Amino acid sequence: MSLGNIRQGKLRLQKWYLATSDKERKKMVRELMQVVLARKPKMCSFLEWRDLKVVYKRYASLYFCCAIEGQDNELITLELIHRYVELLDKYFGSVCELDIIFNFEKAYFILDEFLMGGDVQDTSKKSVLKAIEQADLLQEEDESPRSVLEEMGLA
Amino acid sequence: MPAVSKGDGMRGLAVFISDIRNCKSKEAEIKRINKELANIRSKFKGDKALDGYSKKKYVCKLLFIFLLGHDIDFGHMEAVNLLSSNRYTEKQIGYLFISVLVNSNSELIRLINNAIKNDLASRNPTFMGLALHCIASVGSREMAEAFAGEIPKVLVAGDTMDSVKQSAALCLLRLYRTSPDLVPMGDWTSRVVHLLNDQHLGVVTAATSLITTLAQKNPEEFKTSVSLAVSRLSRIVTSASTDLQDYTYYFVPAPWLSVKLLRLLQCYPPPDPAVRGRLTECLETILNKAQEPPKSKKVQHSNAKNAVLFEAISLIIHHDSEPNLLVRACNQLGQFLQHRETNLRYLALESMCTLASSEFSHEAVKTHIDTVINALKTERDVSVRQRAADLLYAMCDRSNAKQIVSEMLRYLETADYAIREEIVLKVAILAEKYAVDYSWYVDTILNLIRIAGDYVSEEVWYRVLQIVTNRDDVQGYAAKTVFEALQAPACHENMVKVGGYILGEFGNLIAGDPRSSPPVQFSLLHSKFHLCSVATRALLLSTYIKFINLFPETKATIQAVLRAGSQLRNADVELQQRAVEYLTLSSVASTDVLATVLEEMPPFPERESSILAKLKRKKGPGAGSALDDGRRDPSSNDINGGVEPTPSTVSTPSPSADLLGLRAAPPPAAPPASAGAGNLLVDVFDGPAAQPSLGPTPEEAFLSELEPPAPESPMALLADPAPAADPGPEDIGPPIPEADELLNKFVCKNNGVLFENQLLQIGVKSEFRQNLGRMYLFYGNKTSVQFQNFSPTVVHPGDLQTQLAVQTKRVAAQVDGGAQVQQVLNIECLRDFLTPPLLSVRFRYGGTPQALTLKLPVTINKFFQPTEMAAQDFFQRWKQLSLPQQEAQKIFKANHPMDAEVTKAKLLGFGSALLDNVDPNPENFVGAGIIQTKALQVGCLLRLEPNAQAQMYRLTLRTSKEPVSRHLCELLAQQF
Repeated sequence: MSLGNIRQGKLRLQKWYLATSDKERKKMVRELMQVVLARKPKMCSFLEWRDLKVVYKRYASLYFCCAIEGQDNELITLELIHRYVELLDKYFGSVCELDIIFNFEKAYFILDEFLMGGDVQDTSKKSVLKAIEQADLLQEEDESPRSVLEEMGLA
Repeated sequence: MPAVSKGDGMRGLAVFISDIRNCKSKEAEIKRINKELANIRSKFKGDKALDGYSKKKYVCKLLFIFLLGHDIDFGHMEAVNLLSSNRYTEKQIGYLFISVLVNSNSELIRLINNAIKNDLASRNPTFMGLALHCIASVGSREMAEAFAGEIPKVLVAGDTMDSVKQSAALCLLRLYRTSPDLVPMGDWTSRVVHLLNDQHLGVVTAATSLITTLAQKNPEEFKTSVSLAVSRLSRIVTSASTDLQDYTYYFVPAPWLSVKLLRLLQCYPPPDPAVRGRLTECLETILNKAQEPPKSKKVQHSNAKNAVLFEAISLIIHHDSEPNLLVRACNQLGQFLQHRETNLRYLALESMCTLASSEFSHEAVKTHIDTVINALKTERDVSVRQRAADLLYAMCDRSNAKQIVSEMLRYLETADYAIREEIVLKVAILAEKYAVDYSWYVDTILNLIRIAGDYVSEEVWYRVLQIVTNRDDVQGYAAKTVFEALQAPACHENMVKVGGYILGEFGNLIAGDPRSSPPVQFSLLHSKFHLCSVATRALLLSTYIKFINLFPETKATIQAVLRAGSQLRNADVELQQRAVEYLTLSSVASTDVLATVLEEMPPFPERESSILAKLKRKKGPGAGSALDDGRRDPSSNDINGGVEPTPSTVSTPSPSADLLGLRAAPPPAAPPASAGAGNLLVDVFDGPAAQPSLGPTPEEAFLSELEPPAPESPMALLADPAPAADPGPEDIGPPIPEADELLNKFVCKNNGVLFENQLLQIGVKSEFRQNLGRMYLFYGNKTSVQFQNFSPTVVHPGDLQTQLAVQTKRVAAQVDGGAQVQQVLNIECLRDFLTPPLLSVRFRYGGTPQALTLKLPVTINKFFQPTEMAAQDFFQRWKQLSLPQQEAQKIFKANHPMDAEVTKAKLLGFGSALLDNVDPNPENFVGAGIIQTKALQVGCLLRLEPNAQAQMYRLTLRTSKEPVSRHLCELLAQQF
C-alpha cells in the first residue's frame, strides 16, 4: 500500500509498504498520477490499477491515494484517508498544503503513528495525537534555544 | 511562509525549502540543490565534528531533496549515527531517513540492526516504538532474520505498554508477510489470540490484523480466535454509539475493528452452532442498521457504516450457508444499485458478482437484471461499467442468456477499448455455455467478429470452428451464414478465416443453391485473398485444395490460381510451399487418394473451452467461477458438451496448420524425466513428462466428476433403520477438547477405542465400501452402577446433512454396570464433506446427567477406492490437475520416527493405492485413488516426500476438487 499526495503532478509525500525498487517506484508514481489526475469529479473513488485497487480522494489542492489489494475493504480505506487528513488538520490547525511541504517530517511522523506496515495501528484520534504531542514535548525539552544567527551558521 | 508550528527547530531547513519554492525554473532549482548538496557534503567531510543537531538538520535536508525526486548517494552513515543519539528528535529523524531511503544495503543494515537492537532492549517505549517502525518500514529479510524471534516476545510480555504491543503486532505482521518462514509459530500464538479480549481497542485492532494474516496459513493454530472474534464483534455492534468513546467514528462504533474482525472470520468456515447463533445475530444487526435512518448526514458516517456492512456481506457470501442472510444481503445490495453515490453502486455491483454464484441467492440476483443492464448503458464511469459487465456475466444462466448476450454485444459497439477483449471473451463463453440451438451460437460469434473483429482472439474463432466441426446439425447453417457474412464489402480478416475454414469443410452443404454454387463460393473467398495477411492466405490455400476435392468442377480454376507466379514463387516460404504441394497433390493424386487426404476433419476432442482458460489467465484463478463452480447445470454437459470442466494443458491446434491432417501426430509420451533422482525433494512432476491428451480416453473419466455407478449394495440392505434422531444442533454441547486428536487416530484405521474415561468406554469397528459404510459402536459401562436414559445420537453440523447420511438404530436406554451395548450405524456418503458428524452421548449416572460430544471417525478418505496405474498414466493425470487450486501442499516436521514400513501401512490405511516405480526417488511414496460419493467421484493423487536428514516431510495432494485436496492434505499430514 502506498500513500501519496499529488498536486499538479507534484508528489508531496509517499510511503511504501512493500519492497519496491527506486526505479519501479518512480514508474508507478508517474503512472498512478496520470490515472488519478485524469479522473473527473463525481466518478467513483475506486479504480482497478495493475493488480491493485486504488482508493483516492481529493482534498482542496491535494489528492490522497492508497493502493490496496483485491480483497481489502474500499470504503474503510476511504475513511482511513479521511482520518489521516483529520489528524493533520488537528495537529497543524486547518492544515493546508504548505504545512505539509514545510513540515514534511511531521506529516511522516503522524502517518507512522497512524499506520504501520500498511495496517492501521490505532484509529483513535486522541491516541495518535497524544503520541505525537509527547514526541514534541521530548523535542522541546532537549533542544536549547538557538539564535537565528547561530542557526544560519554566522555565530 | 506559513507559521511553522509546534516543536520546530530547524530554521535552516525552512529557509532551504523556501528557497526551493522561490526558484523560478527547474534549472534554478537544480542549481540551488547542488549548492546545498555541496555544502552538506563539506560539512560531513569537514574536520570539525558536527553536533547532533546539525547532523539532524542536514540529514533532514537530504531527505527533502530525495523526496523532490533527486538521487542521494551520501549521508547514510550520518543518519545511522543519529540512531544511537540519546536525543529523541535526532533518533527520530535518523529512523525516518533510514526507513525512506534504505532498501537493503547489507553493510549498513548490520549497523542499523545494532541500533535497533539497543533501542528494543532500552525498555523506553518511545524508542522501542521507533525501532519497531523502522523494522516494519524496511522489512527486509536481514531484519526478519535478526528480529523475527524477538518481536513475539515483546508482543506477549506482560509488562509491555499498549502502544508498544500495537507496534510489535504490526511489525511482526510485516515480517511475516515478507519472510513467513522466519517467523516461528510457538507458545506465543495462543497469547496473541487472547489479545482479542484486550481492554485497549487499539491493541485489539492491531492484533486482529496480525491474527488474520497468520490464520490464513495456520488455521488450526488460531482457530480459537473465532469465538473470541465473534464475542468481540457482538459487543461492538450492540454498543451504543458513545460507548467506545474515541473509537466511535462518526457515530459508527469501531468500524475499523469491525471490518477486521469480519475479515478474520472469513478465514474459517461457519463456526459451531453456539457461536454461530451469536454471529448470525451480529450479522442481522448490521443488516438492520443499514435500514435505520442515518445518524449523521456526513458522508463519513455512511461510508464507515457501509464499510462494515459490505464486509458483513462478504462474510455471509463466504459462509454461503444461511439462505435468509444471503437473500437479505442481496436485497440490500439491490438498493445500493440505484444509490446516488457512485461508490456504493460500484461496490454493490462488485459484491453482487460473488452473490450470483451462490445457489441460494442466484435467483435473487437475477431479479436486478434490468438495473444492471441500465448501468452498463448509462454509467459515466468506465470502472462502474466494467463491474456491471462482470455482474451480467456472473448472473447469466440459460433463462436470460439471450438477453444478456445481446446487451453485451450492443455494449461492445461503444465499449472502452481497454475492456473490449474481455467482453468479447465473455460473450463467446456465454454464447457457447448457454446455447440451446447452435445457430444462435454461430450468429453470436459472427456478430462478435463483425462488431469487434480486432478484439476477437484466436481462441474465440478456433472455438467456433471446433464446435461447428463437432456438430453436424449446425454445419449447414454455419456455411450459409458465413457465406452471407462474407458478402459484406469490408469484412474483418477473422471473418475471412472462419469463412474460409467453414466453407472448405462444409461448403458442399450450400452448393445446391445456385446463389452459392461452388464457383460463387470460390470467387467470393478469392476476392478477399489479396487483402489478407500471410496466415490467412495460407489458410485460404488449404480451403482451395479442399474445394478441389469437394467440387471437382473448380479444379481448373483453382489450379490456375495455385500455378500463378504470385503463388508458386511467393516470397513467403509457407505460401510457396503450400502452393507447390497442393498443386502437385491435385495433379498426381487419384480422386480416391485425394478424397482420403482431404476428408472432412474429424471431431475435435472435447475439453475445456480454450476461451475459458484464456479468461481465467486474464483475470486470475476464480474468474470463470460463476461458470464452472457451484450451480453447474446438470443438463448443460450433454447439450453443450464442449465445455468440459476438466482442465487441459493442450494448446488449441491451429486450423491453418492442421487443416490437411498431414502434420505428424503428437509424439508418443516421453518417459518421465528421471533427472535429479538423487536430489531428495526435486519435483519431477513439474517436468515435461506428460504428453498432451489426445481426447477422451477411458482413463480421462478418472478425473472428471462422473455419474456414479449404481451402488452395489443398495440401502435396502440396511434392515429396518431407525431414522437418525437429530436433536438439533443447539441441544448438544461442543465436542470435547480431545475430539480432534481422537479423530486423528482413526484416519488411517477403522477399529479401536474411540474414547475412554472412568465411566464409559466407546469402541469402534467399521468397514467401508464404495460410498457406503457400516460402523459398530460399543458402549461399555465401566462402573458397577446402571446408566439410565442412555441415548447416543449422531448430529450433522452445518451442511453435513446434505453430504453424509447416517442412520442409527436406537439402543436400550439402560446399560447395566459392567455391561456393553452395541449400536449399528449405516453411513452413505452423498458428496464430498469436510467436517465429521458428531456423536453425542447422554445418560444419567447415579442421578447426575452426563453429556459427551465426540467426533465420529468418519472422514472423507474412508470412501477411498485405491487405484493402480502405471507411471505414465500417473504423470499424465498429475499434469492434468495442475491448476493451483487443485493442489494442496504441506511441509511439516515428523512427529513420529520416520519408518518406511509404518508410512506405507498408514498410506494404505488412508485408502489410496501405493504405486511403486513411479517416483524416480525410491524414498518417496506415491498414491492414487478415487473418492466415491453418491453425487460424484473425486480422483486423488498424492505424493509424500520424506527428508530423513531434516526430519521433515513434504506432502502434495492433487484432486479434481479444490476443498478435497486441502482437506485430505490436512488429514494425512497429521499422521506422520
